[in-house]
Amino acid sequence: MDDKRSVSLAVADGPQRSGSDRAPLVETIGLTKRFGELVACDEISFDLNAGEIHALLGENGAGKSTLVKMLYGALEPDEGTILWRGVPVRLANPAEARSLGIGMVFQHFSLFESLNVAENILLGLPAGERRRGLADKIRTISHDYGLPLDPDATVHDLSVGERQRVEIVRCLLQEPQLIIMDEPTSVLTPQEADLLFVTLRRLAAEGRAILYITHRLPEVLELAERATILRRGRVVASADPKRESAASLANMMVGAKVGDVERSVMAQRDGEARLQVKDLSAPASGPFSIALKDISLAAHAGEIVCIAGVAGNGQSELFDALSGETRARSNEAICIDGVPCGHLGVTRRRQLGAAFVPEERLGHGAVAELRLSDNVVLTRHATADGLVRSIFVDARTAGDVESRVVGDYDVRIARQDPEARSLSGGNLQKFVVGRELDRRPGVLVVNQPTWGVDAGAASVIRQALIDLAGSGSAVVVISQDLDEIFEIADRIAVISRGRLSPPVKAEDASRESVGLLMGGIGGQSEPSGKAGKPDGRAEIHAA
Amino acid sequence: MPLELIKRPEHSRLMAIASPIIAISLTVAAGAILFAAMGHDPASALYFYFIDPLSTGWSLEELVSKATPLVLIGVGLAVCFISNNWNIGAEGQYTFGAIAGSTIPIYFWEWDSVLVLPLMMIMGMIGGAAYGAIPALLKTRFGTNEILTSLMLVYVAGLFLDWLVRGPWRDPGGFNFPESRDFSEAAILPSLTGGAMHWGAVFAVIAVVVVAILLARTIKGFEVRVIGQSGRAGAFAGFSRARMTYFAFLLSGALAGLAGIATVSGSVQQLQPVISPGYGFTAIIVAFLGRLNPVGVLIAGLMLALTYLGGEAAQVTMGVSDKLARVFQGMLLFFVLGCDTLILYRFRLVRSRGPHAPCVSPANLKPVKDVP
Repeated sequence: MDDKRSVSLAVADGPQRSGSDRAPLVETIGLTKRFGELVACDEISFDLNAGEIHALLGENGAGKSTLVKMLYGALEPDEGTILWRGVPVRLANPAEARSLGIGMVFQHFSLFESLNVAENILLGLPAGERRRGLADKIRTISHDYGLPLDPDATVHDLSVGERQRVEIVRCLLQEPQLIIMDEPTSVLTPQEADLLFVTLRRLAAEGRAILYITHRLPEVLELAERATILRRGRVVASADPKRESAASLANMMVGAKVGDVERSVMAQRDGEARLQVKDLSAPASGPFSIALKDISLAAHAGEIVCIAGVAGNGQSELFDALSGETRARSNEAICIDGVPCGHLGVTRRRQLGAAFVPEERLGHGAVAELRLSDNVVLTRHATADGLVRSIFVDARTAGDVESRVVGDYDVRIARQDPEARSLSGGNLQKFVVGRELDRRPGVLVVNQPTWGVDAGAASVIRQALIDLAGSGSAVVVISQDLDEIFEIADRIAVISRGRLSPPVKAEDASRESVGLLMGGIGGQSEPSGKAGKPDGRAEIHAA
Repeated sequence: MPLELIKRPEHSRLMAIASPIIAISLTVAAGAILFAAMGHDPASALYFYFIDPLSTGWSLEELVSKATPLVLIGVGLAVCFISNNWNIGAEGQYTFGAIAGSTIPIYFWEWDSVLVLPLMMIMGMIGGAAYGAIPALLKTRFGTNEILTSLMLVYVAGLFLDWLVRGPWRDPGGFNFPESRDFSEAAILPSLTGGAMHWGAVFAVIAVVVVAILLARTIKGFEVRVIGQSGRAGAFAGFSRARMTYFAFLLSGALAGLAGIATVSGSVQQLQPVISPGYGFTAIIVAFLGRLNPVGVLIAGLMLALTYLGGEAAQVTMGVSDKLARVFQGMLLFFVLGCDTLILYRFRLVRSRGPHAPCVSPANLKPVKDVP
């Protein structure tokens, strides 16, 4: 029903706006892209008019990036058509897209730090562009659009906001009719973001179309004339932000509430917390890393605490701090079963009974080139599993554990003990989660347990997490999937820009309140009234 | 290009064995073309190069004595390369090991004891390991590129040796030749058979066995593999990348140092300005040709030793430059690395997809994984 709505909107909208039979600047019809079993974009139809700022909204994994990569020629659609001014086009590569008038400003910059601004811009221009006069052109354009830039400045010395200006000016030099911006404000300060909005409005006023990818709802309300909302690869709504609220947009983004899950075991929170985090802070380790600020959290025996949040708000940094891959400044900041372990490494924390499952399966949670039995040794070599005797690895015991995990968690493998790289994402995830669950850990911290995993495998994993909590362990799940969170959580906290909101009981939380916190509404440090009863903070101190 | 590289789901066991064989065949074929271009009969040239040196007992012993340092160094380098530490400076560690071990027969040349040889070997290993520790320290403390630092230290070691044998260590009774005094009988590694083959060969075999067990069976060997393949996963397993860098450089440095002192003590029997025909660099080829596997290194070491002998034989019989050995070694490394691509990838013929779709899609432009 939602799909029809967007299509009919598009049809009705076109003629109305231009007052003639002119076609929209860009239109997609039934655009589909599959990656193996995963349908990243499922028959996406939407359109974009000249002079319009159009927001593309969706959670991570909703298909936003895949869609714009197809528009920018970086990915070839499996099905569907892209119309440029009403004419079907086939974009074989980004250069073709650029020559058509489609420009893109990426979230992560591709600049050479040791070169100056003009040299960096020259490198991105088509071959044959002259260097002479480029500096003046850069000065003019950057000045005209309120993006002041010194062409002779070395990129190394520029702030992140200034670096983004270099990317924007590089894009503008090619006179694009459509500018795609991928989460442009994710690296900007609020002041820099305001300046950017002025520039974007001005570009739109000149008749250029801007496709603006974000998951920050206030920006959409402030900036966009239309919003297309994606969820799980499909267009679920096409909305006029003027008539919507952040809450209604959040609802469309995360989806309607599905049936409540009954939990057989309720958390017993009278005992001591099995995992206790107190005022954990960590500086950002790089320009794209998030600083953690005063994070406090307690997970008790028998409960699942879920940490919701939009990607890039400090989830991986928090995971690394909990696992011990980055050490905390204070030893008391993290306690496992009452033992302070902020200064201990990941091996010692495992020996205290904790287990960890990172977001990235290959290259972090598992080594692609190693067999599954060797990947068992990877995280369990120092725990009391008998996998290592004096200095020798006991391959037979590792093989036994491997077969047990494969059997218990329904890991489908083509042959005995294959290399990790040969497994599909869902199967490898079942293995990586199962490897830790097989230890019956007292504390489990898992980041994105069902990321990119098909529905069947996801339910196996969620059930296993619930069972583990039911057996008296404390489980912390970091997830961006609200459906998942509401299915398994006893308590929910939201991480936003490196701060963690006080956890609320799942039954007191609504999708709306969580979605608003995820979108950065309601303040980063103070929970808003809408966010349910903020009983978490009191609890932490009581614990 | 109508050929496309397709990633295999798992690495090909067949290709892991076939790749060095294909590489050797291609090297021989290219060598034949090279000889033909130089105006020699390819068949007889290849015979003199590769077969003739294997036909006498004397030259077989020579082969083993040249393979000894190659295998010792190559085994250590295999551990380095598997753990993703690019030690290119084994030649320097070899030289420094030789210098450190030679301090005993040069300063205490009258000392006659069974302790002399073991002490020399230990000093050689310590010298090589200490010299290998320098790039490890620079890498872990300052993030310098170990390829550059270890390589540059080769020239430092070479010049230091040159200065020693021309200056303080010059043989007082040596008519001003740039050589140290001859080692006394107690400081010479005994021959195994009376010929060129000395006890270093035994050390090499022991090193092969020990490192093979280390890599295949122990938790340390597991750590070497994990850190080499994914540093992030290694950190998640609780392994330290910095400690691994030290481990790899100290181990390979010690083995290169042992190779240095064993060769000087067993073959050269004094210090000279040049004590290696590039063993430390050739051992890089040995390590890769041997699939970074200690037993493979043993076989590859014998192969590469043959190119040295063949180069000398070709110089004698056909009057071509002995630099030809380097050409063959270079071609071999080139083909080995090229063929290794087939372990993780396979070729596929691509039919033209029409004018609008170029054969190269962005997915194919991803760089082929670098050396294994």
